[in-house]
Amino acid sequence: MASVLEVPSDTTFVSAGPMVPRPFVVKRFRKETDDTFTLELEPKEGRSRFVFGPGQFNMVYVYGVGEVPISISGSPSTPGLIHTTRAVGTVTKAMAKLKKGDIVGIRGPYGTTWPVKEARSHDVVIVAGGIGLPPLRGAIYEILSNRKDYGKVVLLYGVRTPADILFKDELEQWRARFDMEVFITVDRAVSEWRGNVGVVTTLISKAGFDPQNTIAMIVGPEVMMRFTALEFIKRSVKPDSIYLSMERNMKCGIGLCGHCQFGPMFVCKDGPVFRYTQIKDLLVKWEI
Amino acid sequence: METLERILGQHPFFKDLGPDYLQLVTGCASNVRFEQDTFIFREGEEANQFYLIREGRVALQVFSPERGHITVETLGEGDILGWSWLIPPYNWHFDAKALDLTRAIALDGKCLRRKCEEDHHLGYEILKRFAHIIEQRLESTRLQLLDLYGVRS
Repeated sequence: MASVLEVPSDTTFVSAGPMVPRPFVVKRFRKETDDTFTLELEPKEGRSRFVFGPGQFNMVYVYGVGEVPISISGSPSTPGLIHTTRAVGTVTKAMAKLKKGDIVGIRGPYGTTWPVKEARSHDVVIVAGGIGLPPLRGAIYEILSNRKDYGKVVLLYGVRTPADILFKDELEQWRARFDMEVFITVDRAVSEWRGNVGVVTTLISKAGFDPQNTIAMIVGPEVMMRFTALEFIKRSVKPDSIYLSMERNMKCGIGLCGHCQFGPMFVCKDGPVFRYTQIKDLLVKWEI
Repeated sequence: METLERILGQHPFFKDLGPDYLQLVTGCASNVRFEQDTFIFREGEEANQFYLIREGRVALQVFSPERGHITVETLGEGDILGWSWLIPPYNWHFDAKALDLTRAIALDGKCLRRKCEEDHHLGYEILKRFAHIIEQRLESTRLQLLDLYGVRS
């Protein structure tokens, strides 16, 4: 079972209630690719430490525009709050225009976390598709900061084109480590690209993990996650060792409003990180 | 000593192929090596081999006058390169270029076709294994075509 959020008792926002946004200041805005960006935030008042688990999300409120759920892409062990997202809707397009010193409202953190503790002593294969890398970054940081506790650590990352690769410098740093393997592939290559071309599932055969002792963490479009999970199972990874992060229309973030209902569960409260076996039957239901 | 027969026997493609058949297949095999940036085969050329890549990476490319060499897929260690040797008129449909120094075992397609014609059990075994690879590549291609990472319109 994925870890359930343990909200720290001293977190300032809790006393204000889970539906009340807390003001955060934009400390830094960084453009990652043509349509993705990173915001580094810190609380306007109070302690700068924002306690969260890897895989959790916040409701980010652009005042006067609206609120959206966005995964936290920073490290749980370092101060500050980092969100990386794509400018695709009304709110995220407004977010893309934020600059240093602007204020946003934050509610959270919400949801379940990646099983980084359960994964200790296992090989860990992390599979990210497109904008799916930011929700996994916290787990990667946690694993790397306790690297000796894990077996093989592999990151498989698939994107549309080379221009869409996020966190290029960081990927290079990870690739340069002797204790982590990083494979990147693109769906569509330009002629200068000398890396891999093909869907991310084709990288699984290169990862060289022990299937009986592997935890897989997957984020990406739902079709990609389904096919990736099946590829792991084909290679004898236990279905209950596969975790996915789901995305639905989260509104309240605390399992009250029902917007993100996913069968008998709420993605905001029972997810976003689910064990594959919890949701595999729901993934192929058209109505959900 | 690492013989070709032993290497072929350990490759997933030939897994559980009987020793007699493995010996027959080995009779069509040879070690090959391609320097970085050399073409292994070119579109339109006669297709008389397939390759078990042992080391390195290979790009399957198509040339477009407007866009140059476009890579449609890359293959690496453990992958099988080429199935046009199996299907008439036995011509390559893409270019294959070694992106790195690439070592492979080449299987002579004419030799293998002849052996498959002589022994249909062997032919069926080989065809089943290629059908599996073709199915995997087709599934990957379909996923690529879905353009899953694009912004939803």
